[in-house]
Amino acid sequence: MADLEAVIGLEIHVQLATKTKMFCGCELSFGDEPNVHTCPICLAHPGVLPVPNEKAIRYALQIGAALNCEIAPRSIFHRKNYFYPDSPKAYQISQYDIPICGAGRLGEVRIHRAHLEEDAAKTIHVGSSGRIHGSAASLVDFNRGGTPLVEIVTEPDLRDPAEAAEWARLLRETVRQLGVSDVSMEEGSLRVDANISVRPVGSEELGTKTELKNMNSFRFLQRGMEAEYARQCALVEAGGAVEQETLHFDPASGSLTSLRSKEEAHDYRYFPEPDLVPIVPTEAMLREAREALPELPVARIERYEKELGLESDPARLFGREPEMAAYFEATCAEAGEAEPRTIANWITGDLTAELRKGDVDEDFTDPTVPPASLARLAELVAAKKISHGSGRKVLAILVAEGGDPEAIVEREGLAQMESDSGELESIVEKAMADNPDAVEKIREGNGKAIGAIVGAVMRETKGRADGGEVNRLIQEKL
Amino acid sequence: MLHVARLSRLRLSEAEVETMVGELSGILEHVDRIGNLDLEGVEPTSHVVALENVLRADEPWQSLPRDVALASAPEPQDGAFRVPSPQAE
Amino acid sequence: MTDLLALTALEAHEAMVAGDLDAAEYTAAWRQAAAGDELNAYLWRDESGAEAPAIAVERDCIAPIAVKDIFTTEGVPTTAGSRILEGYRPPYTATAVRKLIEAGAPVLGKTNMDEFAMGSSNENSAYGPVLNPWDHERVPGGSSGGSAAVVAGGLAPWSIGTDTGGSIRQPAAFCGIVGLKPTYGAISRYGMIAFASSLDQCGPLTRTVSDAALLLGILQGRDPLDSTSVGIEGGIALPGREDLSGLRFGVPSELAGDDLDAGVREVFEQTLKQIEALGGEVSEVSLPSSEHGISAYYVIAPAEASSNLARYDGVRYGMRAGGDGDLIEMYETTRSEGFGPEVKRRIMLGTYALSSGYYDAYYGQAQKVRTRIAQDFDGAFAEVDYVVTPTAPSVSFKLGEKSDDPLAMYLNDFFTVPMSLAGIPAISIPAGLAEPEGGGPKLPVGFQIAAPAFAEQRLLDAAYALEQGIGFDARPGGADG
Repeated sequence: MADLEAVIGLEIHVQLATKTKMFCGCELSFGDEPNVHTCPICLAHPGVLPVPNEKAIRYALQIGAALNCEIAPRSIFHRKNYFYPDSPKAYQISQYDIPICGAGRLGEVRIHRAHLEEDAAKTIHVGSSGRIHGSAASLVDFNRGGTPLVEIVTEPDLRDPAEAAEWARLLRETVRQLGVSDVSMEEGSLRVDANISVRPVGSEELGTKTELKNMNSFRFLQRGMEAEYARQCALVEAGGAVEQETLHFDPASGSLTSLRSKEEAHDYRYFPEPDLVPIVPTEAMLREAREALPELPVARIERYEKELGLESDPARLFGREPEMAAYFEATCAEAGEAEPRTIANWITGDLTAELRKGDVDEDFTDPTVPPASLARLAELVAAKKISHGSGRKVLAILVAEGGDPEAIVEREGLAQMESDSGELESIVEKAMADNPDAVEKIREGNGKAIGAIVGAVMRETKGRADGGEVNRLIQEKL
Repeated sequence: MLHVARLSRLRLSEAEVETMVGELSGILEHVDRIGNLDLEGVEPTSHVVALENVLRADEPWQSLPRDVALASAPEPQDGAFRVPSPQAE
Repeated sequence: MTDLLALTALEAHEAMVAGDLDAAEYTAAWRQAAAGDELNAYLWRDESGAEAPAIAVERDCIAPIAVKDIFTTEGVPTTAGSRILEGYRPPYTATAVRKLIEAGAPVLGKTNMDEFAMGSSNENSAYGPVLNPWDHERVPGGSSGGSAAVVAGGLAPWSIGTDTGGSIRQPAAFCGIVGLKPTYGAISRYGMIAFASSLDQCGPLTRTVSDAALLLGILQGRDPLDSTSVGIEGGIALPGREDLSGLRFGVPSELAGDDLDAGVREVFEQTLKQIEALGGEVSEVSLPSSEHGISAYYVIAPAEASSNLARYDGVRYGMRAGGDGDLIEMYETTRSEGFGPEVKRRIMLGTYALSSGYYDAYYGQAQKVRTRIAQDFDGAFAEVDYVVTPTAPSVSFKLGEKSDDPLAMYLNDFFTVPMSLAGIPAISIPAGLAEPEGGGPKLPVGFQIAAPAFAEQRLLDAAYALEQGIGFDARPGGADG
């Protein structure tokens, strides 16, 4: 049987951080007492009408700009009709075939569309009422009902749960840096659902997809997708067929539960919302949306890779972590000779390790090691004034106590041994004399044996010798 | 007919169903005439007034005091609207 | 006292402004008159003046008014003629009503109506039918039957109603008064319980065209709470036109069907002669798609209604039944017990028209017919200034006469629906009396004039001149059969 690949698309709901709801002026706020932010409109009293929030439209245009979407010259709202207590009008005002944002792209993944809609209210299930015929009940809190949402739908371009989770992180960071949403999965301002199907590698056709919901962290998102991929593969390999359904992933047990209800799938009976007029983004609105964009992760990653020569991993890390990126750039600004690549390695490698060792909860906006200090340290190593190993020691001290790198070098006697002093040469000669077997092995072609001699030299010099120089001297004397 | 009733959350008695089938078919027969019209190229009217971008500033207004919001509730409980749960799915 | 009640709203207004009439006395006289309601026209009356929404009054010289029970009034019962809102007291007041109260018009009461504005006879009210003041065995028309009956029956000087497919104009015709449906968007819909969102409009029901103009002037205007509202640029001035010279009136050939009662046809033709006598020009125009108005209307209106009425689910307000069962049972029991048969019929029709697989054939197609009808009117208005028709195909009919045949009832709206679909303004003025088909005392006949969008001023001017020319002064005998 051919290998099966996963085909994944994501559906992301972003709650916008406006002050008021999508269609009325009730305030958005979280964690308050139930039903203290309601009005006749969001309670859907008879006779009320919606009026769209201007800021929500703006934010949607910014998201569209950040995702390189085509912006619809004219888009309209539709009613999506269904009965549920969390939907007070018994329809959700959303967008159907003419969404505000069309095709776009973020990194390697194409965006299908992004549109505006309103969030549902919250229902809390409570126990039996205690009545004779009592059944379980729900309590509805309309505070959240009407919160502006942007729903982003991707094309099924993702091929792997880890890749999908990583891309979701990129999306989250991109939207976060726009300042239009808190995008917190834990708080519910970011919700990510996955559509997964499988197909034989090399096939162009799409298999039947299932929808995976209820994963409220990136880790669970990945695990959920992995579980579903495994389930589908097993099913298909056993000769079964994947059925279209909605599944909940339970991270505690790792199990997938089907939500498919006994009645037919919803017929939403979409029709254009007659109470709202079309959105026609003006030139000014589009320009404002573009100009409001800060340098976003994808652009930053590209700049770091192409202009500063960083490798992909540190570039992507900085793309995702703007505070760390700012720290990186501040350090580069102070470091004359040290290259950005090297600085990046210091930060992502040794500094990160040192901070973790010391159990430091680092906030790069108020860094433990000021950019100037790290820059100085990097320069010292780059100029071979101290060895990298010594540099690590200095860094440890900087993290633990702070201070000035050069003073520390002086104090600890870590200055690199001068390469053209005879001192190093004589130490190398001694080390070679002390390890004749190793020397023999090197002469025979075992390159790795040099390590023993280098090690001896390093011990003797307390790490102050330059490793490259030591190697050179050994080779010379062979 | 029953499917449409379910979509509308209406429960019709057998007698009602019978009457309604008759009434609705009569109406639909009349309405069906428009199905024969040649309306190729005609845009459907989705909006009657030629307005665009009618929006509201993102400024909070006074929400209803909770007791007013719940005043009409058939079953208020703990500051919320109590409803029966859907049947276990 | 009776003299006070004989004043038109405009006359009373002018007298109050001049200081010749005391507002409180005038309103008290009307409250007393309203208390004598034998037509079942009022569902609620403000006996003392203390119960209406507490809104600051800016002026104090406008005649008290009756308000169709489709408008929300804070703290005051609002039912939309339905059982499902029995006892419901809204937490806010409709913009149209707020404007009236601020202008100084006290609310006399809320008038009876066809349930959720669905009907042409006011027989679909959960609170009993309204009787026509001209003949208590006949219907006043609908859905604003109560609003028309109070004005014709001496229970209010004027009133407001709503018109979706003819619900102001047709009852005005059946009751021998003036009824105006303004351009869609002229008056705010905020607080007007929605039936068909793209068609509903608030409008005046009055004794005279001048009263209608006065009322329209107060009501019109853009409302930030209604994104589809525009108001009427320039406002409304009282009409004063003396004749119709230079004005062109078009009679649509497609709407001159054989389904007109003979008596109605006679009055219509007489009125056309009257127009000519006043200097107007009468010609034929063509509105090719208008004969499909009913078909398109009875797809679009129920479709929007099925969505608008879905919120009546027993969760947040109004009636709840079956709450001991599960959620679906509560929904179904509440709605099945709370809605009357006509409402259920239209919800079913509307849901069907929108459902998967049928949307394009029904709703989509109907909206295209609608575009065509609007284009037809555009074409006609390039040739004439006004389009005229009889308001209704018959005079008022007997209670129960049409209630077994919904389709027959729907055809009442034949002449009024096209203007609703096109969103243009139209007025019905009483043009004469005619004997009903089955014989009997004569009953009022309405004459409808339609104008282009936002041309209410011109419409009122012409209607006024014609009204003066016709000189209709018949009044209901008031006697029961």
